[in-house]
Order: sequence, then structure tokens, then C-alpha cells
Amino acid sequence: MVKTLDRAMLVRARQVAQSVPDPELPMLTVADLGILRDVAVTGMRVVVSLTPTYSGCPAMAEIRAEVVSRLGAAGFADVEVRTVLSPPWTSDFISPEGRRKLAETGIAPPRSRSESDGGPIPLTLSVRGPQVDCPVCGSADTVRTAAFSGTACKDLYRCRACAEPFEHVKEI
Amino acid sequence: MGFDTAYEAISEESDSGHRWAFGTGFTDPLAGVDTSVPAGVDGPDLATYCLMLGDDALIMSHRLQQWLARAPELEEETALANIALDLLGQARLLLTRAGTADGSQRTEDDYAFGRAEREFRNVRLAEVADADFAGLVGRLLVFSTWRLALLVRLQGSADPVLAAIAAQGVKEIAYHRDYAAQWVIRLGDGTDYSRQRMEAGLDAVAPLVAELFAPSAVEERLAGVAVNPAQLRREFDAVLAQVLAAARLDWPEAAGLAGVSGQAGRDGVHTEAMGYLVAELQTVARAMPGATW
Repeated sequence: MVKTLDRAMLVRARQVAQSVPDPELPMLTVADLGILRDVAVTGMRVVVSLTPTYSGCPAMAEIRAEVVSRLGAAGFADVEVRTVLSPPWTSDFISPEGRRKLAETGIAPPRSRSESDGGPIPLTLSVRGPQVDCPVCGSADTVRTAAFSGTACKDLYRCRACAEPFEHVKEI
Repeated sequence: MGFDTAYEAISEESDSGHRWAFGTGFTDPLAGVDTSVPAGVDGPDLATYCLMLGDDALIMSHRLQQWLARAPELEEETALANIALDLLGQARLLLTRAGTADGSQRTEDDYAFGRAEREFRNVRLAEVADADFAGLVGRLLVFSTWRLALLVRLQGSADPVLAAIAAQGVKEIAYHRDYAAQWVIRLGDGTDYSRQRMEAGLDAVAPLVAELFAPSAVEERLAGVAVNPAQLRREFDAVLAQVLAAARLDWPEAAGLAGVSGQAGRDGVHTEAMGYLVAELQTVARAMPGATW
């Protein structure tokens, strides 16, 4: 009986934590973004583990507050949000669902990262950026217009086929 | 979040558990991380080392922030702001680690806003002002090439917290280095005038390079935890040579900037620029001690 109840509470807590949106990419939840590492329930206490995307990502503060607030509204008064730094977040953690939602909103999702071989990290001296397909018309004829954008995780492109400017989530 | 308007969010009727403004009520970037000091590691030395790397990031970030509303184009301003933000994030983690390593429980704000100029441990490269955009990208290339080589090795630190902070930072700094290298090439291999400005930028940064590879006593004592910066020179030189060849620039030979009685940034002995920078950095915190927003 108690076990069933614990299980039900864990499912509920996980559902609530997973539903928290990223404030800078509000079409994505923390689960889509791959920053929700764990949800654990012990008695009445919920521990949620989150990993920052970038060292300075300002969205973390909002996300933590929103996790506590939403779980509180769902009846969990005792919530702790823990930071998990290792292993660090990479853009490969974004779920297939998250990638679909990004593309639907006109933001090009990241491609798979090439794994480092452990040697010195090579320089990229070309300003062209990786080849990214236009999320609006699908054309491969796009050009990077800036290496940075309005948030740490994106850069800027323009499609030469449909002329649409768009953001792209960087591969890190 | 969760409100239709900001006014609703800050009204007295609203749930006080909600935060309407960014940055409120979030003080510990290492919350929930195991910050115990590994056996055999000297806590105060580890704290000092974290201050060195944290101050490098904090002071470089502050100099980058001074470029906001001054950059030549909007895209570059966005780039500099993002780089500054990454470095500020690294600084927050490292300064917080310092306060847990020596047991003092000092916070990132205690360190950033409560120390005097002589207590900052950053290399002098981080603190100097840039004469122009070419000077900035030259300095950023040197800084990020050096820091990337350092953080790559720090991923193997015997302190798991430092290792994790480094692993996160590696990806960020690699991107900063590419950005700086691309601009050095564009300016160096551009017009006669842009080349002249880029050469002047390298002339300004060259005397600050030797200090980057001089190990401090703390770094030597922390073998296995800290990276000995003398090990970084070969990789640094190789990367610089690659960029300069593409930019058709020569590295200016320059004697290292002298310290005072053999002491420099790591000992808290800075250039004249540092006092002004620290004064500006701490203005609000000193005018209103303990203020939160």
C-alpha cells in the first residue's frame, strides 16, 4: 500500500517537474531540453536534479523557481533543486520531441556533435559555420549571419532560398 | 512566468513563491553539489587556486561588458555579451567553489564585491583596457587560447568540482577562441589599415603573455589538482602560429611586463588599470551593502 502510494507520488512529481518550460525556449520543457537529470521522492520530500546548459545560463534561476512553484501547487511542499554539473550538458541531450518542437517554431535544431578524440580541440577558422537546413522551407542553401544570437545557446542564419532569417541551436 | 503581465506577477495578490524578475532568490550556483574537499588536498590552497581562475573569468568578463553599447556592429555586441556571460558563469562557479574549499563559506558576492584590489588573483592580461576592437580580439584570442589549454587539462583534476566546472567551460571557451581567431584573421588579412590596427593590438597584448605560463607557488603545491601553466606553452604557441599564419601576421617579440619585486597578478600585484576596474565593479555593492534585487 505504502509502496504504491510512493510510486504514485513519484509519477506525479515527475510529471510536474517534466512540464516546466525553459523561459528562453518556451516551446521546450526541461525534459525536452535534456536538463532534467532526476526526480526522486523520499517520504514527502522531492529532490529534482538539473544540469545547466551553459555556465552562465540565466534561465537556470527561473527554472529552479518554477520547479519549486509548480511542485508546490501540486501539493509537494518540501522541494529541493540540486545542480548536477557532471557530465556536462551537451546539445545531444535535446530529445527527438524537443528537436521537432524547435523546428516547428522556426528554430533549426542542433545536429549530432562529433565526439572529441581527447586530443587538442581544433580551431575553426572559417566564419561560415556548420551547414544547417532552413527550418521553414527545408533548403540546404543557408548562410550563417552571426556566430551568436539572443541567447547563449543559439547562432543566426538566413535562408537564401526563402530569404527567411532563423536561429539555430549550436552544437556544443 | 505563469502570469499574463509583469504587473500581475509583482502585485501583492500574486503568489509570493513566484519570481517575476530574473536573478531573484538564486544565490548558490553549486547548490546540491558535493563540495567536500578530497582527502590530501589543502583546502586554503584549493580556494586560492579557484580564485585565480575565477578572477581571470570575472575580470575578463567585466572588460567585455564595458564593450556593450560600444561595439562596432550589433552582431559583435551580441557576441561580446554572450562571451562575457559565459565567463561570468564560470567565475560564479569558481568563486563559490573557493568559499566551500577553505571552509569560510564566503559567497561569490563576498569575493567579487568585498575584496580589495590587492586580493584579486587574476593575471594582468585580464584587466587591461582595450584601445580598440582589434586590441580586444587580439587579447581575447590570447586569453581564450591559454584558458582553453588550461581547462582541457583541468578536466582531469583530483578535485571533482573543479573538473566538472572545467568540462563545462571547455566547450564555451573553444567557441570564444574561434570567434577571436576569425576576427584576427579578418583584420590582419584585410586592408592595410585594418592590418595596422591589428598589429598594434598584438603589440599591446604581447608583453602580458609571459605571465600566463609562470607557475605560482600555489599551483606547484597543488600538483594533480591544479594545472601547471608552464605545460601550456607549446599548445598555445602552436595555436597562435596557426592563426597568425592565416592572418599573415607576425607575433611581435616583446619582453614580459615586469612585476614588482617579482610579483604580478597571481600575487595580487596589478597594473594601474585594475584599481579603476575594481572600483567600477563594486560601485553598487559598496554604496548599498547587502542590497538584493
